[in-house]
Amino acid sequence: MSATAPVVRDESPVSESLRHVTVTSKKFPTVFTFMTVVLGLIMLLAPREGETKFRFAADTDFFAIPSVAVPAMPLAWVCLAILVVLTVLSWVLFLQERRTPWALGVLFGLAFLAGFLGWGGAGSVSDFPVVRLVSSSVLLAVPILFGALGGAIGERAGVINIAIEGQLLGSAFVAAVVGSITKNPWAGLLAALLAGALVALVLGIFTITYRVNQVIVGVVLNVLVLGLTTFLFTQVLVPNTSQLNQTVRFPAIRIPVLSEIPIIGPALFRQSIIVYLMYLAVPLVWFALYRTRWGLRLRAVGEHPLAADTVGIKVERVRYRAVLVAGAIVGFGGAYYTLVAVSQFNRNMTAGAGFIALAAVIFGKWDPVRAAMAALLFGFASALEGAMSVVGSPVPSQFMLMLPYVVTLFAVAGLVGRSRAPAASGVAYVKE
Amino acid sequence: MSASDDRPAVPAESPSVDPPGQGAATHTTKEPENRWSTAFREIVGGSWGVSVGAVLLAILAGSILIVATDENVRAAAAYFFARPGDMLSAIGSAAGDAYAALFRGSVWNYRADSFADGIRPLMVSLNYATPLIGSGLGLAVGFRAGLFNIGGQGQMILAAIGAGWIGFSLQLPWPLHMLLAIVVGMITGALWAAIAGVLKAVTGAHEVITTIMLNHIAFYLLFFLLATPGLLQAPGSANPKTPPMQSSAVMPKIFGSGYHLHLGFVLALLAVAATWWLMERSKLGFTFRAVGENPRAARVAGIDVGRTTVWVMVVSGALVALAGVTQVLGTSTTGFSTDVDAGMGFDAITVALLGRSNPVGVLGAAILFGAFRAGGATMQAAEGIPIEIVTVIQSLIVLFIAAPPLVRAIFRLPKPGSAPRRKAGDPAKEVAA
Repeated sequence: MSATAPVVRDESPVSESLRHVTVTSKKFPTVFTFMTVVLGLIMLLAPREGETKFRFAADTDFFAIPSVAVPAMPLAWVCLAILVVLTVLSWVLFLQERRTPWALGVLFGLAFLAGFLGWGGAGSVSDFPVVRLVSSSVLLAVPILFGALGGAIGERAGVINIAIEGQLLGSAFVAAVVGSITKNPWAGLLAALLAGALVALVLGIFTITYRVNQVIVGVVLNVLVLGLTTFLFTQVLVPNTSQLNQTVRFPAIRIPVLSEIPIIGPALFRQSIIVYLMYLAVPLVWFALYRTRWGLRLRAVGEHPLAADTVGIKVERVRYRAVLVAGAIVGFGGAYYTLVAVSQFNRNMTAGAGFIALAAVIFGKWDPVRAAMAALLFGFASALEGAMSVVGSPVPSQFMLMLPYVVTLFAVAGLVGRSRAPAASGVAYVKE
Repeated sequence: MSASDDRPAVPAESPSVDPPGQGAATHTTKEPENRWSTAFREIVGGSWGVSVGAVLLAILAGSILIVATDENVRAAAAYFFARPGDMLSAIGSAAGDAYAALFRGSVWNYRADSFADGIRPLMVSLNYATPLIGSGLGLAVGFRAGLFNIGGQGQMILAAIGAGWIGFSLQLPWPLHMLLAIVVGMITGALWAAIAGVLKAVTGAHEVITTIMLNHIAFYLLFFLLATPGLLQAPGSANPKTPPMQSSAVMPKIFGSGYHLHLGFVLALLAVAATWWLMERSKLGFTFRAVGENPRAARVAGIDVGRTTVWVMVVSGALVALAGVTQVLGTSTTGFSTDVDAGMGFDAITVALLGRSNPVGVLGAAILFGAFRAGGATMQAAEGIPIEIVTVIQSLIVLFIAAPPLVRAIFRLPKPGSAPRRKAGDPAKEVAA
């Protein structure tokens, strides 16, 4: 920087120390400590009696695993002990300037969960439904996951898609109308993809061609779609519910063999076609982004559009295609609402899932697989509320409903670390 | 700082359109005989022409929606080729009645007998505009500093919690009680906004995400406080609603009890002046704008960007909180529930964008949107048109305003700075030469 840099007297130690640049972060140990203290406080201030019964079987299992009853407080104390050990370990690693491995984080999460669930379900007459927890985690994650995939593609191409919420809502609406008119869920699904792409097209026209600020367009599109769908819902759908807002839902399909696996079988492989498409979409998007020419160009356009333009890539065309594909992918998530979850559209039925998807994109560091994992985490955080209410947990339900958002906040602020967005994300490209 | 610096989020530059006609200005000095045509061009080609065009386009689109979903029009469309006149008159009456109701509900009730009754809709509009002014100003301050504060809902909720709790639980004489409630509400709202500012400054978390998450958290927090006896819930009631405010904490009506307009509107006008002074004349406002224009340059100039980010959120949150406070202490003083924000936090985004992040512009935009809200309610009651049409029109206005080239292309408006057609081509080159 300045001209008066200190003269390096002894060169060897300097280069020696520069050779090992250690990047350490206090985030893991800090979060671990915080969560351990939280669980410890909960257990000390509100100790509970009795046993917690975990039910692992679905109603129609091939062979049922018996429910397990565990004494609640001992289980919670054991888990707390594990948490303390992991936290200390994490601090030791930090002091040695080593990173805390992700596996440790996963282990920590599982132990925290086991302790918390054990405490929450103590003394309840009902069993804690493990299968239902897993399956509803996946189901609640479906729109978030599709939204996150679409968002990741868009941002990788340099277009921030705040309008995921609008795309979800718009495609849910269109899927409901077309699905009801044709009485065919496949037609509804197709229409949903087109609707998602249509919102994306508007986003593209304003951000790519007219170079309006992408965040503004996204936010306004959300408001626009919300207003439009609610207007049409009240004005047109409500008076004609039986013709226009009564879809035939996709049936659940049992995958042979896989659906008989204990716990995950009934949870994951007795779902509808959209859920299976979701399982396929994650690796497909990953492959398309990292292993195809389309993906390479798309990422080039998102990182350095000028360089991409110089080698002959049509920046605007690549961005348009990326945004349209992303919109269609989000459309799957919208179709889930009215073709799988329920058979009717309702006003603002997405209720902010698109914004959580956006957070999942950032939490997943703009990578489709990690974003999918983040989406599943948020789905799980939402599912926990339902499962806890079954066993009559002492935590007020509002706090459990708050959980996904708190998790998101922590995730975005805390654990993400120094994540880096695609360099040109959010910047319109002006060809010189 | 971190990733967030590389991310865009800076909407400040885009609503402010293009550099206003520098080329044209230079021409005026050269050719005074052309002054009138230049002035005309500046009006239609500059931002005002685009704003008016955007409003017209949005209203046109709204009419199409109203007409297309109108039952009489659809009935007449069935025999359109037999009697086309029926459909055209049905279209006319559908759109005409709707906008007549909109006008009647927002500006002047021409069916009223006396002036006092006729002017009442305007007062209702200003009443609706009051919270939009505060929250729009809050958003505008954020925009100018490059922060997209979408957390209006959460900040209004926290302000309502703070002001409402003071308002119904304490026993104090009138002006003191009201002032204390206002101040406490603004502080709680500002602190809630500060969370997002601190997270952005320390960890680089994007404020769009964090403020949205804080909205949901605030909602469930309020829900919890309202559902738990002994906190905010009215004693002896199982409804999630607070007790009514003490009369000593309520904002008085400006024009007597006949009109709803209350002291909050005056406070909102004061806030407009204060925000103008803050952003245009004060040192703090200068640092806000510097960080908004270019955070890196600001840092080089010795501005602590992180600290400024936190202050921006505090100021923005306090202004948004003013909206929450006026809702609780002025508009609906009989206690509030979880819908206390009434979607104002999101409407504020469109208000700030339409007002081009300029305090006076925000005032105008807020009054326009307040009128839309008031008129929309009448339209819903009289014509059965869902009030969401107003949301559609509002968002379309902002969308069109954000893309001046599109509006110019549709209305064939001249570009700002383009000279009257002459042989010489590019005015920019002439100026440079």
